[in-house]
Amino acid sequence: MLATLAFWAFSGVAIASAFMVVIARNPVRSVLFLILAFFSAAGLFVLLGAEFLAMLLIVVYVGAVAVLFLFVVMMLDIDFAELKQGFLSYLPLGGAFALVLAALLAMTVATWQASDQAQSLRAAAMPDGMSNIEALGTVIYDQYVYFFQAAGLVLLVAMIGAIVLTLRHKDGVKRQSVTAQVGRDRKEAIEMLDIKPGQGIGE
Amino acid sequence: MDAMLLDYLPILIFFGIAAVIGLGFMLAAFVIAPSRPDPEKVSTYECGFNAFDDARMKFDVRFYLVAILFIIFDLEVAFLFPWAVTLGEHLGPFEFWSMMVFLTVLTIGFIYELKKGALDWE
Repeated sequence: MLATLAFWAFSGVAIASAFMVVIARNPVRSVLFLILAFFSAAGLFVLLGAEFLAMLLIVVYVGAVAVLFLFVVMMLDIDFAELKQGFLSYLPLGGAFALVLAALLAMTVATWQASDQAQSLRAAAMPDGMSNIEALGTVIYDQYVYFFQAAGLVLLVAMIGAIVLTLRHKDGVKRQSVTAQVGRDRKEAIEMLDIKPGQGIGE
Repeated sequence: MDAMLLDYLPILIFFGIAAVIGLGFMLAAFVIAPSRPDPEKVSTYECGFNAFDDARMKFDVRFYLVAILFIIFDLEVAFLFPWAVTLGEHLGPFEFWSMMVFLTVLTIGFIYELKKGALDWE
């Protein structure tokens, strides 16, 4: 009963906030609504029994991807007045595309039918006596080992790609060199002088 | 399954309380607070300069680099969790070494970015 109520609440909020992502005028608000949609999807995952996926959705998507989206939105430097200028002249073409897309969606939904295995697949998030994280752990690392390694390679490519694309070292900036700092010894750092009173060093 | 969902009941209750408090304050401000707007009051700045420029300005791309490197290691750790939970009971040496290969690949990337100085802020 409570689970059903929570399901309707989460799915309602998810759809409403997804809608707001599209229609919000301010892109920063769009991203915030996207975060709300992620949260509701995480709630739906919990209701299905996929608690690890739910937490992952919050940690990775809300914690990291949404921040990245915010960066991109801030970086884009969009002029909204300029963007809205061509709205009317592009309306027929854009409307035609929207219609085609809607027709495609309608055709897909009309022929859609639930698979025979749908019920058993729904229970697969938590097979008997196992939590979701254990169920995932037993398949990721042997049954899907190639996908797992491919994921590692994708992450490596993303890392190197981001560095190659964005890293620019400015010239003439002093950087900290820890080895040089630690390797300094007393002889080159300080000098003992015997100064007579009233004379100073006198260069 | 239901016992698991029952564990999440406090979180759901917290969500409910948060929603009620948040909406309650907004509604209270809407209903109770006096509202007598005039053109000067609702202008962007009642006193001082008007804004010179848009608040949305371009900033250094290195913030983005730090964020994307954070996401990558975030995902790496996410892969470690199911492995750590199941390692003793369900997984054997093959799964252990498959994770070691995965970690080696990402460590190569980590050494690359360390040597490149991508983590230093100049």
